[in-house]
Amino acid sequence: MHEFISALVSILFHGLAYAMILYVVSVGLSVTMGLMGFANLAHGVFAMAGGYVAVSLMNGLGLHFPSAVALAVLAVAAASVVLERLLYARLYGAGEIEQVLFTIGLIFISIAAAKFAFGPTQQQLVLPEALRGEVEVAGRMFPTYRAFIIVVGAAIALGLWLGLERSQFGARVRAAVDNRRMARSVGIDTNLLFSLTFALGSGLAALGGALGGELLTIHPNYAIEHLVYFLTVVAVGGLGSIRGPFLAAVLLGVGDTACKYLLPDIGAFFIYFALFALLLWRPAGLFGRA
Amino acid sequence: MFLYRAAPTLSPVEYMVRSHRLRWPELLPWLAILAAFFAFPSYLALGAQVMIMVLFALSLDLVLGYAGIVTLGHSAFFGVGAYTAGILAAHGWGEPISGLVVGGAVAGAVGLVTGLIILRTRGLTLLMLTLAVVSMLGEAANKAGWLTGGADGLQGITLDPLLGLFHFDLFGRTAYVYCALVLLAGWMFVRRLVHAPFGRSLTGMRENTARMHAIGAPVRQRLVTVYAIAAALAGVAGALQAQTTQFVGLNVLSFELSGAVLIMLIFGGVGRLYGAFVGAPIYMVAQDALSRLDPEYWFFWVGLLLVVTVMFARGGILGVVDQIRRKVMR
Repeated sequence: MHEFISALVSILFHGLAYAMILYVVSVGLSVTMGLMGFANLAHGVFAMAGGYVAVSLMNGLGLHFPSAVALAVLAVAAASVVLERLLYARLYGAGEIEQVLFTIGLIFISIAAAKFAFGPTQQQLVLPEALRGEVEVAGRMFPTYRAFIIVVGAAIALGLWLGLERSQFGARVRAAVDNRRMARSVGIDTNLLFSLTFALGSGLAALGGALGGELLTIHPNYAIEHLVYFLTVVAVGGLGSIRGPFLAAVLLGVGDTACKYLLPDIGAFFIYFALFALLLWRPAGLFGRA
Repeated sequence: MFLYRAAPTLSPVEYMVRSHRLRWPELLPWLAILAAFFAFPSYLALGAQVMIMVLFALSLDLVLGYAGIVTLGHSAFFGVGAYTAGILAAHGWGEPISGLVVGGAVAGAVGLVTGLIILRTRGLTLLMLTLAVVSMLGEAANKAGWLTGGADGLQGITLDPLLGLFHFDLFGRTAYVYCALVLLAGWMFVRRLVHAPFGRSLTGMRENTARMHAIGAPVRQRLVTVYAIAAALAGVAGALQAQTTQFVGLNVLSFELSGAVLIMLIFGGVGRLYGAFVGAPIYMVAQDALSRLDPEYWFFWVGLLLVVTVMFARGGILGVVDQIRRKVMR
């Protein structure tokens, strides 16, 4: 009995850490997709870029972990605005297929670019001393890094929720998601809003990529390999929602970890069954607008 | 979608009657296939691969170009067909044509079942579900190593002579002719299908789903039907690949293959029936040549070309040809 509980706690803990990374990377995708209706399959590229930039800042320039991660987030957010204005913005009104092809093209370019710049092997994220080892919570020992990720992820979720539910900016974003034309006609600069939201989403993805470098390893195929997971979190959570992806990430992260741990042979299929079941039950996602 | 044509200047009835008549440019691919057989005897293996991809892209054109279903998971059916035919042949069922039929049938059944589930959704969710289907099957093929060979690939495929007469030779002559004949049959079938009332109703659903609902067309049933038919065709293409290369690897059930076939079709031109015949050969030959020089960065050029195509040349090569022709004629 005691062992069972300790296994359960361990699953929950590891699952939550995984879920937080999934959430931080995917939430931006949910908002930009809900806001602009843009099928951005290349969202994972920003997460990968965050990871690569952070690792090379630490290894190349000897920066500390926090400053490297912060710089990576800023750099990726800035680069994403340039991409958004130059390329994405031309395809806002276009069909789904053009957006899909364009973003697949970006993924392919990112694979080649990452291989060219960093080689085909995965990048090792060197954690600072403070995040190695274990920490004691309620009489149990937990890996510090994962505990840190859970705390950061929960803080971001709370911050986003408060920020987008309670602030003027959030009200504008929600207005534009609900009805873009109406929002524009009451004087909201939706283009600026799009750029800002896109930067926020890409920055968060970069944060997830950099922080989660130990959990989702950073290598050239990153954007393809984790694409199903990111899209699943968004689709199950419901487009344009902030709470939805959080719940979806927790559900999928913990469920995936539990099934892979308890049933190693067939556990990898959990996510697909969960996906089909949930979307048959609620085609628009948990918090989506039908 | 970017696949509309010039408005017909003919009366609607005349247009419908004329549209399915065979015109001479439609024979060009077959002349090319015949000519290539004699002109490039040392490239017949590549030629067979190209024809397999043309058939695969043609099946995608049914789903994407005619019915307007955007899918990232079409390789699921190619892979199921390939594994079915491969496993049959590796376990002593080496008769090629029945292997092809069974491969297509199993893939069609998988298409029917998954289509019934995922075609309830639309837009991004549908896109993601098509991707999930191929990921799930890829994972299953990886885990079921006792059946599929797992990451090492399925080996030991041996084929009986075609029709009991023609051995599959080292130079790939039999394989080339076999692929050409299967492609011909597939093309005749698809051509007939898209000009039939069924195909016309697909185009209607692509252009205006609400109106098709309003006039009482069974929209979802037809989408599922065309999805299953295209899945079966893709399965035949996959079975051909398994039989002609005598190997099946996990890459047949990958996002990369789905992406590649999508790209071939886009480069050629979507919803035109002949985009597959233009895009697939160019992609395959370019890949063969470029990856020899620079195998690492093949993806870079494909990605760049894709971005440029979407930005500047929607409609693909055939679309650009159409535009030029219209300008010249004016």
